[in-house]
Amino acid sequence: MSGLNLIKTLKEIPREELLAPGHRLCAGCGAPIIARFVLKAIEGPKVVVNATGCLEVATTIFPYTSWKVPWVHSAFENAASTASGIEAAFRILEKKKGKKSPKVIVFGGDGGTFDIGLQALSGALERGHDLIYICYDNEAYMNTGIQRSSATPKGASTTTSPAGKVIPGKLERKKDLIGIAVAHGIKYAATANPAYPIDLFNKIRKAASVKGPTVIHYFTPCPTGWRADPSRSIEIARLAVQTRVWPLYECDNGVWKLNVNVKKPKPVEEYLRLQGRFRHLLKPENRWLLEEIKRDIEANWERILKLTGLS
Amino acid sequence: MVKRIGMNGDTAVAYAVKQADVDVIAAYPITPQTIIVEKLSEYVNNGELNAAYVPVESEHSALSACVGASLAGARVFTATASQGLALMYEILYIASSLRTTIVMALGNRALSAPINIHCSHDDAYAARDAGWIQLFAENVQEAYDLTLQAFRISEDKNVLLPTIVNLDGFILTHSLEGVNVFEDEDIAKFLPPKEPIQPIDPENPITYGPLGLFDSYIEFKKQQAEAMKASYPHILQAFKEFEEFSGRSYKPIKTLGMEDAEIAIMVLGSTAGTVREVVRKMREKGEKVGTISLTLYRPFPEEELKKVLKGVKVLAVMDRSYSFGSPGAQLFMDVTATLINMKEKPLIFNVIYGLGGRDLVPNHVLSIIEKAKEYAELGEVSEKEIWIGVRE
Amino acid sequence: MKYKSWKEFPIGNVIPEPATSLEYKTGKWRTFKPVIDQEKCVKCLLCWVSCPEPAIIRHDDDTVAIDYDFCKGCGICANVCPVKAISMIPEEV
Repeated sequence: MSGLNLIKTLKEIPREELLAPGHRLCAGCGAPIIARFVLKAIEGPKVVVNATGCLEVATTIFPYTSWKVPWVHSAFENAASTASGIEAAFRILEKKKGKKSPKVIVFGGDGGTFDIGLQALSGALERGHDLIYICYDNEAYMNTGIQRSSATPKGASTTTSPAGKVIPGKLERKKDLIGIAVAHGIKYAATANPAYPIDLFNKIRKAASVKGPTVIHYFTPCPTGWRADPSRSIEIARLAVQTRVWPLYECDNGVWKLNVNVKKPKPVEEYLRLQGRFRHLLKPENRWLLEEIKRDIEANWERILKLTGLS
Repeated sequence: MVKRIGMNGDTAVAYAVKQADVDVIAAYPITPQTIIVEKLSEYVNNGELNAAYVPVESEHSALSACVGASLAGARVFTATASQGLALMYEILYIASSLRTTIVMALGNRALSAPINIHCSHDDAYAARDAGWIQLFAENVQEAYDLTLQAFRISEDKNVLLPTIVNLDGFILTHSLEGVNVFEDEDIAKFLPPKEPIQPIDPENPITYGPLGLFDSYIEFKKQQAEAMKASYPHILQAFKEFEEFSGRSYKPIKTLGMEDAEIAIMVLGSTAGTVREVVRKMREKGEKVGTISLTLYRPFPEEELKKVLKGVKVLAVMDRSYSFGSPGAQLFMDVTATLINMKEKPLIFNVIYGLGGRDLVPNHVLSIIEKAKEYAELGEVSEKEIWIGVRE
Repeated sequence: MKYKSWKEFPIGNVIPEPATSLEYKTGKWRTFKPVIDQEKCVKCLLCWVSCPEPAIIRHDDDTVAIDYDFCKGCGICANVCPVKAISMIPEEV
């Protein structure tokens, strides 16, 4: 991707704020951080399409809106299809009437992406619409009260997969969104994390520069849903990378690249201990589940090393 | 200038959509609408229609894409039927509340189960609360004409509501008739280009579809309700302009013999033709019967109906659908609500017919008239609901 | 609600102006407030970049200041600051 203005320091991040404060997202929420980054990293005219969820609800309570760009919400599972219609409309209006097309940006939570929104996303990716799809993943249906999604990690306690006496939390593993996206043959997909802001910024810029669909899978700390200290959101995000729970990698035109090679991972307990949703895993009776989780993390890491040619 | 071409209902709709120069089509195939989407993709791929054809992966995505495209300022079209409409259901309400100007052709088909591909009005009725303007075509010419008028109506700055054009599944969608079509270059005389009031524009950033809590929701709905009511005269105006343009007259209701009818039959869709034939023959024998069919279903033409039903002793309301557990099927409930406060109103009964494509023949109409006469004699409706054509 | 009658409501369920949330001062949410020791600050901008609101103002010379109208007191800025230039002190009641 030559000719791209990638940054090396935080100072190069554009100053203009296209997300206004006064929204009702929780103190310490990771979602508005990526909204700010996306609006800074993508140059030129933009339109945002937002699925129902925390980001949508908290930033647009009539008559208050935090957005300084055109912003569209229709329903929960259709952000990608609503965006497809907008993109198609601008494409044809540009041809017929010379109207300039804004870049189409789609925000969906893990609920609106991994589960109810997966079909719409798949359709949009297959049809090749020019849009950047950001999944801000806080690993549960947070807006409706912390219910589990297929992005909820194994072992996590949510309100519909509670750590109970018989079943200690969610037993299913997390879906591989980047794998699903890349299986559609798209030209760029990447994971991202707010504790690695330069990597985050550059990935958004790279993804947006592609003429076609791209996907960013963003780690979104949620102090409310994860039962964590809001001031430690970024710290928890960094630990996710440093324990190999959240590998940072990208797939650029079919070439997989590991962005942060965690050669000496921190013990995953350091990450789990800071979040109420995982604390039950540190109890002796749940040791079997903790061991399974550790094995899964290592297997996933090996898989990514293989993909990125590093094993 | 006018040409006469043999076309079935689906082809006629697609032809009108092409001539209307739509910008975006997002649709998912479903019997009996498939010919519409096939024809449209043919036009696009042959360069006859300069539009973006979005082959969405489901009807829910079809209407969602249409909502997005309409907000972006494009002229938008989709088509579906039955299960497809049921799948887009939640978006129907959103499309109207966001004041999109989408035009949808509905190839009226029965809802499962059992799965059935033939004509019922289930899908048309399913949309009746969602805030869409609804038109019913009685034949293929009307399907063509009403599709063109639908764009003119929806995009009218005094309307700004999406429109459904209903055409009976298979009976109209797949039946070949001679259709008088306009020349492409003449269409602009009736249908101006779309001028959106607040399209997506980075120079003028608007938030579309925010959360409206209990401190605003009811005001938005009141505004939408008034918009639907206020659209009425503008729909009539569009009909009037179309008449000047084409010489063909469209009105909210069509009547035959209502100037002196004591017994009347009300019906939607293609069955109106059969009813009218029987009524014509009976009137030749001196019988005081009449028939009313509705071209405009939403907003409901209350005033016209109140006027035309004065002096009627018995009214049979035919419904090609059913509402389980309701005090009547859908059109029956619309009509009774219209007449409820009138000091003098006819006896009214409901006729359920034609579900899943069960044919309605002139003898059936005769039996409805017999039933009506029986009630007129009795002075009361002993059986409010009768089913026609069922194997008892 | 700033609109009085249903007749005044914007058509089509929209908010016609951008950034009207600036009228809603979330600074009232705070129980702790961040205070920046400008002497210690090295202008790394990590706090500015990590603030969810955003409630950190970045000046032309890259010094930063807290926008107390909107700061919710989450404490991320104090936590990410590499030189511990930000302290969270209890908000006055």
